[in-house]
Amino acid sequence: MNLILNFLATIGRGVLGACRIIGAVVLFALEGVSHILRPPFYPRLVGRAFVEIAYFSLPVVALTAVFTGMVLALQSHSGFSRFGAESAIANVVVLSITRELGPVLAGLMVAGRIGAAFAAEIGTMRVTDQIDALTTLSTNPMKYLVAPRLLAGTVAMPLLVVIADILGVMGGWLVGTAQLGFTSASYLTSTLNFLQPMDVISGLVKAAVFGFVITLMGCYSGYTSRGGAQGVGAATTTAVVSSSILILALDYVLTAMFFGL
Amino acid sequence: MSSTPKIRLRGLSKRFGAKTVLDGVDLDVAAGHGLVILGGSGSGKSVTIKCILGLIQPDAGSIEIDGRDILAMPRREREALNDRIGMLFQNGALFDSLPVWENVCFKLLAQKRITRARARDKAAEVLAQVGLAASVGDLSPSELSGGMQKRVGLARAIAAEPEIIFFDEPTTGLDPIMGAVIDGLIVDCVKRLGATAVSITHDMASARRIGDSAAMIHKGRIVWTGPASTLGHSGNAMVDQFANGSREGPITMELRR
Repeated sequence: MNLILNFLATIGRGVLGACRIIGAVVLFALEGVSHILRPPFYPRLVGRAFVEIAYFSLPVVALTAVFTGMVLALQSHSGFSRFGAESAIANVVVLSITRELGPVLAGLMVAGRIGAAFAAEIGTMRVTDQIDALTTLSTNPMKYLVAPRLLAGTVAMPLLVVIADILGVMGGWLVGTAQLGFTSASYLTSTLNFLQPMDVISGLVKAAVFGFVITLMGCYSGYTSRGGAQGVGAATTTAVVSSSILILALDYVLTAMFFGL
Repeated sequence: MSSTPKIRLRGLSKRFGAKTVLDGVDLDVAAGHGLVILGGSGSGKSVTIKCILGLIQPDAGSIEIDGRDILAMPRREREALNDRIGMLFQNGALFDSLPVWENVCFKLLAQKRITRARARDKAAEVLAQVGLAASVGDLSPSELSGGMQKRVGLARAIAAEPEIIFFDEPTTGLDPIMGAVIDGLIVDCVKRLGATAVSITHDMASARRIGDSAAMIHKGRIVWTGPASTLGHSGNAMVDQFANGSREGPITMELRR
């Protein structure tokens, strides 16, 4: 009897803990968003976060996109050539990139870079009293640290994904024309023929959501970290792992919303 | 006494989980007065200050500043109150992403009392008051020594000319001479501003230099208050044990033998 009760208590504790964290993250997000909308604003800090997220993530995201496009072209060729359906290669590449792989892979790369960086920076500020110092210096730390990053992340990710989309298609085009015998014109024509605006738009909406989630989890983990260097390290790990999983889970949800019905 | 105390704490209590940190702290600090709070590590000194600053929400009790209960204030008013309070953190807590001059003028910039163009000159002025050259303003906090960081922290705390200043272990981690220098600067700055100063310390020499009066906190309660000059021969066994740093006395450390 005791064994069963202990077992149930363990499950209960886990569930309650999860609920508490989800609630805390949602409240944190709501407060962060409310500070984006209310003055004072910090355009300088938004700009700095934007450069950090968009500009400095460009090389990583660009390389990811190009190679993904190339691999997609190769793989779909090896599959479709069995059915004589090579003409669908360009189509598969562009749809996969714009709908899924552009936002998701860019999101995962940015989660590794930015989620970790924000968690470490804000976490260090927490454990060295800098966040408390902000409060004593008449500055709301949520408004100063969190709101600018959330805003910058939400705006920067779609822009990154536009570039990832273009470079991903270019990767497919490279392989298609250099290796698979497409002419440049026929590859690009079949790329554009079947592309719907919704394919790109849904990808960009996903990107904006992922950008928000990455910066949110980075800021939240850092903001709530405690316990010195070890705590900051744990916050960094939490930020990357939780935002990566949230990206994949939300990707499913958003796909179902856009294309499921 | 005709005037209300600048700071009045009544029955301030705070628990973290099962651990009671503050167990009904009563404390008055008169305007323009320098109070030193003494106590061992973990006795609740820092938590007391953090409650007054609004960084920690106490479980029970009241905190009055100028006779108004700050715990009952609306949030906006509570935040506005911080405009009149300065704080020197134990390790400085300087913003390492900003140069020293921006650290010093952070509050003035936040309150829009000064333009960014003017802030450098203002920072140089305040840095001079803590004995630092204007050129320090262009350095990053990580380039400074411990004593300099403390002085920049002090400059940041006084730059907006607060009415109340808190000092959290201002001399901890400094050599005795630098400790005395910091104490001297604190006394000068507080006197010039006419501010009320509340300091936490367990450095007795420092306590006698910067405090008019002293309060001893032990296990979350104030156990003694008196003039800072009598520390060491106050007649209270606990205070004298603490001030003289002796192992024998009413305070026992929970050590395993």
